[in-house]
Amino acid sequence: MNGNNVLLVLQAVEEAKPMVEAIQKDNPQAIIQNEPAMIKITCPSKLIVKADTMEELIGREWDPQELQLCLVTLAGNVDEDYDHFTIYWDN
Amino acid sequence: MTLDIKSVEIKPIRQTYGHVARRIGEGKAATRYEEATYDLQASTNFHYLPTYNSKFEIYDERKTAIKMSDWYKFLDPRQYYYSNYVMTRAKQQEVAEQNFTFIEKRDLLLTMSKDIREQVLKSVVPLRHYEWGANMNNLQLVSESYGSALANAATFHAEDRLGNAQYITRIGLLLGENEGSVLDEAKQIWLQESSWQPLRKLVEDSFVVEDWFELFVLQNVVMDGFIHPLFFDLYEQEISSKGGNIQSMMTEFISTWFEESNKWVDKTLNVAISESEENKQIITTWLNNYIPLVEKATLALAGNLVENPTETVSLIKENFIARLNKNGLNL
Repeated sequence: MNGNNVLLVLQAVEEAKPMVEAIQKDNPQAIIQNEPAMIKITCPSKLIVKADTMEELIGREWDPQELQLCLVTLAGNVDEDYDHFTIYWDN
Repeated sequence: MTLDIKSVEIKPIRQTYGHVARRIGEGKAATRYEEATYDLQASTNFHYLPTYNSKFEIYDERKTAIKMSDWYKFLDPRQYYYSNYVMTRAKQQEVAEQNFTFIEKRDLLLTMSKDIREQVLKSVVPLRHYEWGANMNNLQLVSESYGSALANAATFHAEDRLGNAQYITRIGLLLGENEGSVLDEAKQIWLQESSWQPLRKLVEDSFVVEDWFELFVLQNVVMDGFIHPLFFDLYEQEISSKGGNIQSMMTEFISTWFEESNKWVDKTLNVAISESEENKQIITTWLNNYIPLVEKATLALAGNLVENPTETVSLIKENFIARLNKNGLNL
């Protein structure tokens, strides 16, 4: 694996499905791997989950904190605000 | 002793049911909503024609003048299926419950002036009969409409209307100190009082509208589009400075629900209009028929509630037309 990759692992639950879809939409470079009971997402240097995209997909307001509820692990620095959840490497 | 836990990955052969996969594409994981919606309704091999209406099959596309190449375009933007619908409403119910408890605990009823209390009992509580009518009409949509996408959403909408009626009843009982007689009085107002008769006539006439999409337009688009903003927005704004603040606390569910369910109503309307020029024409004709009638009925009621009824209703109409035009109409 490239040392510059950020990593996000989510539980393979119903709530994570639209998140994966939103990630694919906003991060074309992201690689999605379906593992037993979890979804592993890697992406070069930066990965963003946008609340706007999520809201479009699920038809209701979405708080980036909801991501925490199905989060397994992540690698990278985190920048979280009301409209996005971003994982990135600073170097 | 060391314990080594190994996981074996078993790849599912299929991601979802065949009929769902044919819609969303092979190999894609379907959402619960998609699985609980797509092609659930039978579309061929019906047995007997229903005895109550033998002109049509039990599910029949000809029951409305609207034509669709695919009835599953009417997806619900909120993606409600049983469990997430119930969870969402349960959360809202908890908030509403808290509001009522708060009002009772702090004796906030005392902050409501006697005049406003009377006004709510006489001029808002009879609306529970309107909400019940909306429940009937949406259940009619469930039984007549084509495709489970619309029928599912209409089922939830129908139940929501019963919930609205119950909240209005609860407000009545709270203000009337749990005397059931306030509800009897409100019913008499609904049946007798002249300002309520145009709306009552509209509701009763809507029960016999045969075309189900016309009924959708009349109830969920036009009637609600006038009545809800008047009762649960503009009226509450007007009384909030006169000691009627707690009214908005008690109707909070209804106003958030209205905003939320309008997403579905607007999308449904928009999908039907974008399908074809003919659909747009038919819907425009229905709207032109009903808007003046509903406007008149709303004006009659606005007289009981606000200081400038004419201005208030024309503001509601202006916003309503703007909303329709945003969804692809030219009115």
